[in-house]
Amino acid sequence: MGSSLNKPELIVNGKRLDGRDFGELRPIKIEAGVLKNADGSAYLEWGNNKILAAVYGPREATPKHLADPGKAIIKCRYQMAPFSSLGEHNRTGPNRRATEISKVIREVFENVVITSDFPGSEIDIFIEILQGDGGTRAAGLTAASVALANAGIKMKDLVYAVSAGRIGDHVTLDFDMIEDNYSDADMPMAIAPRNNELLLLQMDGGLTIEQFDEAVKMAIGAGKTISALQRDALKRVYETKVSQ
Amino acid sequence: MSALDIVRVGYVKELLAKGQREDSRGMLDFRNISIKTGIIDHAEGSAQVDLGNTRVLAGVKMVVEEPKPDTPNQGNLVMSAELLPLANADYETGPPSPASIELARVVDRGIRAGNCLDLEGMFIEEGKAWSAYVDLYILNYDGNLFDACELAAMAALASAKMPGYKDGAADYTKREKPAKINSIVTSTTFGKIDNKVALDMTGAEESAADGRLTIETDGKIIRAMQKGLSGGFSAEEINGLIQESFKKHAELRKRIEESIR
Repeated sequence: MGSSLNKPELIVNGKRLDGRDFGELRPIKIEAGVLKNADGSAYLEWGNNKILAAVYGPREATPKHLADPGKAIIKCRYQMAPFSSLGEHNRTGPNRRATEISKVIREVFENVVITSDFPGSEIDIFIEILQGDGGTRAAGLTAASVALANAGIKMKDLVYAVSAGRIGDHVTLDFDMIEDNYSDADMPMAIAPRNNELLLLQMDGGLTIEQFDEAVKMAIGAGKTISALQRDALKRVYETKVSQ
Repeated sequence: MSALDIVRVGYVKELLAKGQREDSRGMLDFRNISIKTGIIDHAEGSAQVDLGNTRVLAGVKMVVEEPKPDTPNQGNLVMSAELLPLANADYETGPPSPASIELARVVDRGIRAGNCLDLEGMFIEEGKAWSAYVDLYILNYDGNLFDACELAAMAALASAKMPGYKDGAADYTKREKPAKINSIVTSTTFGKIDNKVALDMTGAEESAADGRLTIETDGKIIRAMQKGLSGGFSAEEINGLIQESFKKHAELRKRIEESIR
């Protein structure tokens, strides 16, 4: 949670700065199969976030000692491009934040990908944040899910992710960057729609147990919209192929 | 993992399926906790925590630095964790692993979100503020590093004494006021093993676990959470574990406070 210094009013006349209601998502656009070389890919715009996700594999695991004779291993790299934020130039390469995010996203896909189908191989997930405006891990994970499905990799479920949190007394969905910086709590979640299990959960700031429950409900509600957009993006790829 | 470890993990799984644990604890019990502060005289604050056979040492150094540009009127908190090769046969030397980065960042988030260390009080003068460097040294691994490190970091900070300040620099010959602590955050980490939930997992239990959930609280509200490993939790399960975490807070907090006196 950002500094209390110069904290802007995030809620004016009962509305958020960009005019959204507390439980309202930013506009989301997803396109699948956007990169030629990758086995699967997706481009996603979520508010001002612009994100590319690509999947390579299953392919032979490298280095060889990492290979698991019983299942595929999953690797994940989440990275913010040096030009992705409004402020200063970022250093390239994974920093501590990106390393942690890559780890928790990898663990989500280890749950849903049916890795036993591909012993000895690896599946690489690359998430590049080209432009970041808050909620990039949720948006990146949502895009990666579509890229995996586009790569034809069997999964138990098409996971989506979204963040909820608190501004003052209001439980609020899907922070943009300015809300993210000055909110009172932020809680990114990834959810499996078939049973509403939380596969990614991080939180910091301050929440009561009632606010936690409300935030999860909000995320699951928004998940219907996000899931529909994910499925629609995948359908469009194959409908286009058939019509050609 | 050695052959013996594999056997132990299998044994632990069989026990947990029956709601039992290798050390006869209840599913929601902590192992024995020992917290000792003032272990390292050269550090401004330090604490060694033994949680069963897990042992971690936290050291705090206070350093005069320029405040960060986005918080020009505050001091700074820098947390890092080292999974030392002497702590476990599977730990290797080299740059920080994702596991050690996650550990340090999760402990950092709870303490930062709880405003435990009074960062505003660590401002000295224009362009000068104290930075608290907290290093978490893992000395022996037997599971649940998150809770052990949270206790160690909190106790080390709460027992830290600030060095003197003279001519724009720290004067380490003096130890004056205690570091100002606003609140005490504690954490509880639950594991999910074949749909059984257990608090404070041993190393073998962690090897068998599908999912992990850390909840950090100041006793009033949730300050930070982190779900780890691939297994999931339902919202109802998490709600129950949050309540359990609130219950455990009072005892953990008391242990930290006792270690400082």
